[in-house]
Amino acid sequence: MSFASFEFLAFLAILTLVYFIVPKKVQWIVLLLGSVVFYAFAGLVSFFFLFFAIVISFITVQVLGKRHAALKKYLEDTKDTLTKDERKAYRAKHKNGSLLIVCIGILLLTLSLVYVKYLSGFSFKNGVSFGSGAISFGSTLLEVMGISYYTFISIGYMIDVYREKAAVEKNFFRHALFVSFFPQLAMGPISRYADTGEQLKTPHSFEAKEAWCGLLRILWGFFKKLVVADAIAPAIGAIVGKQLGGIYFILLCLFYSIRIYGDFTGGIDIVLGAAQILGIKLPENFNRPFSSKSTAEYWNRWHMTMGNWFTNYIFYPLSLTKTMQKLSKWGRAKLGVGVGKRLPVYTATIITWLATGLWHGIAWNFVVWGLLNGVVILISQELNPLYEKFRAKFPKLWNSAPYQSFMAIRTFLLMSLIRVFDCYCDVPLTFNRFFSIFYTFNIADIWNGGIMNIKVTATQYIIIAVGIVIMTAVSRLSIKRPLRETLWEKPILGNAVLALLCIAILVFGSYGLGFDASAFIYGGTFN
Amino acid sequence: MKKVIRIISFVCALLIVLGAVLYFGAVLQDARLDNREGHLLCGYYDTTDMHDVIFIGDCEVYEGFVPATLFEEYGITSYVRGSSQQTVWQSYHILEETLERETPKAVVFNVLALKYGETPLEEISRMSLEDMEWSGSKLEAIKASMTEEESLLSYFLPLLRYHSRWSDLDGDDFKYAFDKHQDITHQGYLMQTKIDPVDISDNRQPDDLLNVALPKRAIEYLDKMTALCKEKGVELILVKAPTNSIRYYWYPEWDAQMVDYAEKNGLVYYSLVGKDDEIGLDWSQDTYDKGLHLNVYGAEKFTSYFGKILAENHAIPDHRSDAELSAIWGARIDAYYKERNGEK
Repeated sequence: MSFASFEFLAFLAILTLVYFIVPKKVQWIVLLLGSVVFYAFAGLVSFFFLFFAIVISFITVQVLGKRHAALKKYLEDTKDTLTKDERKAYRAKHKNGSLLIVCIGILLLTLSLVYVKYLSGFSFKNGVSFGSGAISFGSTLLEVMGISYYTFISIGYMIDVYREKAAVEKNFFRHALFVSFFPQLAMGPISRYADTGEQLKTPHSFEAKEAWCGLLRILWGFFKKLVVADAIAPAIGAIVGKQLGGIYFILLCLFYSIRIYGDFTGGIDIVLGAAQILGIKLPENFNRPFSSKSTAEYWNRWHMTMGNWFTNYIFYPLSLTKTMQKLSKWGRAKLGVGVGKRLPVYTATIITWLATGLWHGIAWNFVVWGLLNGVVILISQELNPLYEKFRAKFPKLWNSAPYQSFMAIRTFLLMSLIRVFDCYCDVPLTFNRFFSIFYTFNIADIWNGGIMNIKVTATQYIIIAVGIVIMTAVSRLSIKRPLRETLWEKPILGNAVLALLCIAILVFGSYGLGFDASAFIYGGTFN
Repeated sequence: MKKVIRIISFVCALLIVLGAVLYFGAVLQDARLDNREGHLLCGYYDTTDMHDVIFIGDCEVYEGFVPATLFEEYGITSYVRGSSQQTVWQSYHILEETLERETPKAVVFNVLALKYGETPLEEISRMSLEDMEWSGSKLEAIKASMTEEESLLSYFLPLLRYHSRWSDLDGDDFKYAFDKHQDITHQGYLMQTKIDPVDISDNRQPDDLLNVALPKRAIEYLDKMTALCKEKGVELILVKAPTNSIRYYWYPEWDAQMVDYAEKNGLVYYSLVGKDDEIGLDWSQDTYDKGLHLNVYGAEKFTSYFGKILAENHAIPDHRSDAELSAIWGARIDAYYKERNGEK
């Protein structure tokens, strides 16, 4: 069941009705059953993998919880008999045991993820191809809805319990709800137990404000997805399909950025809006990413829960490993203090970004995409002192609107350029088309009608442009507080906006026959 | 107070959205109905007189049988209930609603559509379905015809289907959105006056027949038609109209199945493929699209030929002596000739 469908809206309406009618004590059961029904649409195989993740994470956190309790009790009972060193040694030994358990849990879940995403189509007959496109282990991979998301949610929870940063959920079914809460299954956000664990258990009363704001947010998500993102998609397909270069490559970068922004943030708006109607506040995944002044800032604003996950569970632990410390020591001794200091951070950054790339899919374009992001972030970091000097010398210029805009546009263009690897799924071809800018620019195609031959008509361009202007305006008006909350205070205006939004989606949206609006980029490709 | 304003404005917003959905749906649906073949079924609902013969089927019916000629030559009252690529399940449900309104002496069903086991084209199918008046039969026809990508809701709210046509709108679409569609047929017959002869240099041969058996689903609906006619005491006559095209080639294997079917069910089947000389068809004059369909001159010859069969073999009465009916049909025949002679 796609979020961008009438089926989903009908499902949500029925679930909401039942959720607020039943006694508050059993609301969480309604959510669990709703998640089961939602997931049932994805098929039995999907269900099996979800169940596996739930069971493994449940067993792991139960064992960890018991070990934590046993350690606490032991230390309490022996506080007068053991010396400080003995207590420390016992704690360390105990921690190693817990580490082993959490590692087994992580390994099992990672294996299931790796199997589904990368190995399920493996056959010795097909062999392993490391060509220019996808790294292929076979022909047909299993399609398991949301496995990347619930695997990360489960792993994050196990690590948080191991670190004693999250409570152990002892009820299997409540645990199952935390892992499988339906709105976040298809495209995130990747929530932590601290975000949703308690909320999902807590009874909720119907709040008109939450319901209205949630509804408006869902409609806003539909607008971004159907009126803007999906409307520009045919042009992207045409440019990539015909392998057009020059000015078209630049258009591709811009169009794809617009598309992925509308598609992904629109999808997340639907997810968060749906949860909000039910009284559940899921973590935000975007914070005006295209206003970022640097790559690092961009990644703090784009797909935030994924960034946090990789930072918390890969980058930091990796940076603090003994190997990294040894690497740092070796670097300081052999290559100097400056290099030695940077070596672990750089290595961890590159590994983290490589992992991020591979999480998106096992293809060379994702590998290059991940590495490029890491490299650009590291270069930016190295250039930081230079920027600071410039800032100190020209504070007025630095803070001026044109210079701030320049930085935002520069970051946007840079990220658009890196992102374009997704489009071709072919690294050499992407470079080839990029270099075509320098020998066949063909800028005249902008005004001689060439851009009308890429499956988007003049009127559609106008609608998309108006959509982008509206998206930008809403983004700016939501800096201090979400616009929907402001509109809630002005009911006549708010409901007029709601009606206009509905009409705009129904008339101008790309849905129904002739359109493929069902697939979200992050909900489909990156299962 | 604010709460009241909030509720009222929310309800108003919903009503505005509903109104817009209905209004834009009607406008956009109408924008696609510039096609003449989207108005073939609607005229029937305005007729008040009864008919002795009802023709059911696809293009070979609504461009092959001329009720005006039938009355003029044989005094047979008839109506053509056909639409573009009308499938057997659509024909069944159209027959169902027709037999709710009247009980003709005979129903003539053209068997060409039996070659389809699935709805061939969504947009054509929808064109026929949307031309039907709302009834249980229409709902069932929709359900039977819907392709996998379609939603039932879009038949109630056409905006969901036609919204992408907003860029094709012109002023007239807004002006005439809610006007009743004019009947452009002559008792269901769609007149084609153009002459575009068969290309004799085209020596294409029909493709090899991969599945000899006609689709099971099509036969099931033919069974239903047979049962319905028996239940209502109406004679069902099967016919295969003449054609001279590869596209609508009627394989001898299919013909044999029809002969068997008719025999098993006690029906009469007239296969008129290859009987051009008997009918008097001249494919250099009697087709408007290189032999795919008959033009008005070919249709008149074919109707004249088939009218004789109806009168002689099926005892369909001659009403020409009935003053009231003659007056009604006289007006219809005048209108028919006006268009035929280019006066309309």
